[in-house]
Amino acid sequence: MSPEEHFLRVRDLHVTYAPRGAAIPAVRGVDLDLHPGETLGLAGESGCGKSSMAAALLRLLPKGTKVTGEVLLDGEDVLKMKPGRLRAVRWTDLAIVFQGALHTLNPVQRVGDQIGEAIRLHSKDGRVRVSTRVGELLELVGLPARRARDYPHELSGGQRQRVLIGLALACEPRLLVADEPTTALDVMVQAQVLRLLEDLQKEFGLGIIFITHDLSTLADLSDRIAVMYAGRIVEQGPAEQVFTHAAHPYTRALGAAFPVIGDPAFRMNPSGVPGDPPDPRFLPSGCPFHPRCSAAVDICPSTDVELWPAGEGRRAACVHVSGAPQTTSLRAGPSPAPRARRTP
Amino acid sequence: MNDEAQLLEVRGLHVGYPVKNGVARAVDGVDLSMESGEILALVGESGCGKTTLARTIMGLRVPDEGEIRFRGEPLGRDRASLREHRRNAQMIFQDPTGALNARQTIYEAVAEGVRIQGVEGDEEQLVADALARSGLRPPETFFTRYPYEISGGQRQRVVIAGAMVLNPSLLVADEPVSALDASVRGEILALMLKLVRDTGVGILVVTHDLGLAWNVADRVAVMYLGRIVEEGPTEELLTSPRHPYTRALLSVVPEVAEVEQQILTGEAPDPTRIPPGCRFHPRCPVVESGEAERLGILELCRGEDPLMMPACHAVAQPAATGETT
Repeated sequence: MSPEEHFLRVRDLHVTYAPRGAAIPAVRGVDLDLHPGETLGLAGESGCGKSSMAAALLRLLPKGTKVTGEVLLDGEDVLKMKPGRLRAVRWTDLAIVFQGALHTLNPVQRVGDQIGEAIRLHSKDGRVRVSTRVGELLELVGLPARRARDYPHELSGGQRQRVLIGLALACEPRLLVADEPTTALDVMVQAQVLRLLEDLQKEFGLGIIFITHDLSTLADLSDRIAVMYAGRIVEQGPAEQVFTHAAHPYTRALGAAFPVIGDPAFRMNPSGVPGDPPDPRFLPSGCPFHPRCSAAVDICPSTDVELWPAGEGRRAACVHVSGAPQTTSLRAGPSPAPRARRTP
Repeated sequence: MNDEAQLLEVRGLHVGYPVKNGVARAVDGVDLSMESGEILALVGESGCGKTTLARTIMGLRVPDEGEIRFRGEPLGRDRASLREHRRNAQMIFQDPTGALNARQTIYEAVAEGVRIQGVEGDEEQLVADALARSGLRPPETFFTRYPYEISGGQRQRVVIAGAMVLNPSLLVADEPVSALDASVRGEILALMLKLVRDTGVGILVVTHDLGLAWNVADRVAVMYLGRIVEEGPTEELLTSPRHPYTRALLSVVPEVAEVEQQILTGEAPDPTRIPPGCRFHPRCPVVESGEAERLGILELCRGEDPLMMPACHAVAQPAATGETT
């Protein structure tokens, strides 16, 4: 993939929250690339920095938060944009869908007016008739155009989430960041919303960054998966491979949390990641995952491994990845078994 | 108290809510039974009535019709029986943060039930045992801490300890892990399995998560619009589902990639207007694909409420069994 084809390039992104003089590093050096029409799945537990990273892409972080690195959109750094330029880019190039649609929509404004407002304020095409466009958008997300007159409380959870997606698509963005857009929804409605995103992507060549902790959903939906832990990407690669042959022990543990129905290995045998995610203010030494890692060896507490090639188009930050620079002086550690989720 | 009797027996249960234009028939004729030491997963979409059913079993709602027998005895409605019932049957909810009083220490949170129920014995010992049994060890280190000082998974353990301190014979868990992180989910589910093993408690898990059922449940009951439409041992029900609704639910689980997704249109319909005939027929893939018409049962589907189990006219057709898609 040549660099020109990536319309989004993130380089060495750091996000540090600074409440009352403290410094909380939420994102600690992330590189990402996305080309048009691609879906990147971003996985990780609460507090791993995935939502902070998403917010940094659109510069939605609270005032005083320190953000360094580059977010290049067609070569232009979003982090350096002047307010006017940023306003123009949001909605028309970059849009975001959050979880919890009830809290994102204004409860006392009709949903059609909320979508209309975004079009009036941001649309590239000044001649577009707002009410027509609102109707089109609602139909695009599978709601009848007359629903424009409804207030948020008159819609069900799934319908509100559709409205939010319609709203995000109001100005035909090229990149949609979807931060847990289906976690609050039922299985069937979730399937409807995911199908909708897939269709929109096919139709408009939309790039999507899809954030969730559910690795099995990402495996289905994404082209590539990146797994975050303690503010860094610890594994990335083609979705199916990352899911079925995880190279990083954390990815394996995270994947095993969602069972394969019908697989005897998971029957009466729930599994998870032992312990709690680390406090970003007091990260463990070496590999930050080592205190919870079932494959940790004696050098893990002192070795902070970088992302290292782990097969075709794949990278992982673990001393067990063969050829990782830190392993050279090591006696051979246990090599991660492929598809360990079937043999927990 | 009859020790031989089933832990829970629900017969012909109807529970309705008055709404603006009539009555929402949230639970519309449910039969269900459970034994001690069993985990039963009650599965269905939002609005199918599963939470109302759970709350009625807890004695929090009065049924319009039907009977609930708990350890062989009909559930009484007087104060004393309800108080007794609420000691024997405990409920935990989806969001542990909301379930705990933010200004109460963990000790107080767990001890509250002991005091209300006037449980005999050393309170401190009971609380410590319950915390330890829920995986919070050493328990004394948690006594004076507040909910904000512990993680989400630990909070759910505190909630479970608060329920288990009364040594209930039935635990009703309404979406116990859906608000928790993937990593914690497995630990809480493992805790539920352990509690069943250690104490013989029966657990009714209300969820829309079929993976959870595969992880821990002995049996699964699938609920649609106020009615149980299919029920059976977990292995059988999840690997060879018979009701078209169960099949559709399974087809949208991301990991079950081999079958073609059957995404039902619309959301679970309105319990104020339950369709005539089979309540699932307006969304049923068997009807939509024309299969029902080929089988000559379309009129049945539209006109006759299937009261058999699984509740499906197509499945009941001897020739059609296993062929409907």
